[in-house]
Amino acid sequence: MTATVPTTAALALGDDALVLSHRLAEWTGHAPVLEEEVALVNIALDLLGQARFLLSMVGDEDELAYLRQERAFTNLQLVEQPNGDFAHTIARQLYFSAYQHLLYGQLAEGDGPFAPLAGKAVHEVAYHRDHAEQWTLRLGDGTEVSHERMQRACEALWRYTGEMFQPVEGLDVDWAALEAAWLDTVGDVLRRATLTLPEGPRRGAWSAGAGRQGLHTEPFGRMLAEMQHLHRSHPGASW
Amino acid sequence: MATAAAHRAGGTLTHGAADTIGATDTQQRAFDAAVAADERIEPRDWMPDGYRATLVRQIAQHAHSEIIGMQPEANWITRAPSLRRKAILMAKVQDEAGHGLYLYSAAETLGVSRQELLDKLHSGRQKYSSIFNYPTLTWADVGAIGWLVDGAAITNQVPLCRCSYGPYARAMVRICKEESFHQRQGYELLMTLSHGTPEQHAMAQDAVNRWWWPSLMMFGPPDDASQHSAQSMAWKIKRHSNDELRQRFVDICVPQAEALGLTLPDPDLKWNEERGHYDFGPIDWDEFWQVIKGNGPCNEQRLNQRRRAHEEGAWVREAAAAYAAKHGTRPASAPTDDLTAAVGGSTEGEQA
Repeated sequence: MTATVPTTAALALGDDALVLSHRLAEWTGHAPVLEEEVALVNIALDLLGQARFLLSMVGDEDELAYLRQERAFTNLQLVEQPNGDFAHTIARQLYFSAYQHLLYGQLAEGDGPFAPLAGKAVHEVAYHRDHAEQWTLRLGDGTEVSHERMQRACEALWRYTGEMFQPVEGLDVDWAALEAAWLDTVGDVLRRATLTLPEGPRRGAWSAGAGRQGLHTEPFGRMLAEMQHLHRSHPGASW
Repeated sequence: MATAAAHRAGGTLTHGAADTIGATDTQQRAFDAAVAADERIEPRDWMPDGYRATLVRQIAQHAHSEIIGMQPEANWITRAPSLRRKAILMAKVQDEAGHGLYLYSAAETLGVSRQELLDKLHSGRQKYSSIFNYPTLTWADVGAIGWLVDGAAITNQVPLCRCSYGPYARAMVRICKEESFHQRQGYELLMTLSHGTPEQHAMAQDAVNRWWWPSLMMFGPPDDASQHSAQSMAWKIKRHSNDELRQRFVDICVPQAEALGLTLPDPDLKWNEERGHYDFGPIDWDEFWQVIKGNGPCNEQRLNQRRRAHEEGAWVREAAAAYAAKHGTRPASAPTDDLTAAVGGSTEGEQA
């Protein structure tokens, strides 16, 4: 590890993992099949593990998770989006896991402070990506209903994907190459799933600055209220 | 968990002569001898119809309990007060889904399908453990469930590791290992609360007050009111009576409560030197039967959530089936090798 902890980057990556983990855990007890109860919470656990590691690089993981206000979180707007139906959850996961897989792949090859984590986590993320890809294929190329739902989900979340490729201070990454590789990957999966790559804008006025600058979408505040309520109700207590 | 709900569920079970219709004396004798010799009955072995039906009912209800039992705990995942506790709780609930999967597989070796069993759960024709009809009202309930509910489950289930039906016994070996781990974590959670702030201590005591009696009810009705016990014990599905197991549990819990610095809500609880056991107060069997009949605090809510998840997931399962038909792959609802590996897989050769 370098002498100075790249706080901005550790928080950005840690918040992404923390928030998406929370969203996925909301599925528990509601999944379409038992195997997905296991799979979704398994992915959520992997992400929570990553979040704990990353937040701990910056400070106390619980203080950072439970005592920061909405405006201080720097996760992508994509990961805070509500679960919606199963297609929404899968589209969100496909977009994010493809990104995280490529990003961690690059970080793992470097010798920066995130290389050890990325080297380990990239294997978990490969599984997440495969899981999302397999379901994208099944929903896209399943029934008419599932095809339509999957297409709608891909389009609804498309607008949040541009933010992933805004440079993050402290991450030594070729962002343009990352974006190109991501478009290739996702485009290929959607094509095989008989889906159309959405055409709408991927960044714009609605995302000015966006999550990385602490500007979030409305559902996020409510998610944090639920997540932080108990911890905040007992200041200074240990659990 | 083998609670009284098992004994009330189903209702199609017939004992006696019907069991042996179509069976030769040789088959029946071989079965009786195997049970007497503590050998394991395996899926391809001949078995009496009543034995098969009892096992299907009990294993199915056990599987359903794991699945419904995810709900009261999942209720607190999104509010867990620290990231460490959140991770522990998520891992536990994930284990429960896994236990449900092992148990449905064990039931399937008896010639029923998971789909049939789920339909029976959703239509109320098969039961799940009555304990999961109680609400989790505070974070401490997560600890009380770990300590008391998992503790009662383990007391019930450890003898099932020697159950005469091989696939069920092997599933239980694996499940009991994980349950013991959960129970220790629940105990440790309560210990932290009990020695925390006054508010945390009060929260822990309140949870134990609410979960103690329902946990004792998990062992089922008293022996003189337990319909199927005698037959199950003769078949060596069950090894101990409900009251024996309940007593064993009370004896274990009293010193643990003392170590926790918490009290158990029973003024009649005291050591009986003569018996070498703790005496305890009367159980409210009216409440027990009401909960079994569907009139507990959360029966409606639990079953509705389960049905809703299943109904809302129908289009996903249909998509997976349609994709499998087109591409000649297994439907995604069948466990794939990848998924098995991802969730820890089976490495100990104990899978049902």
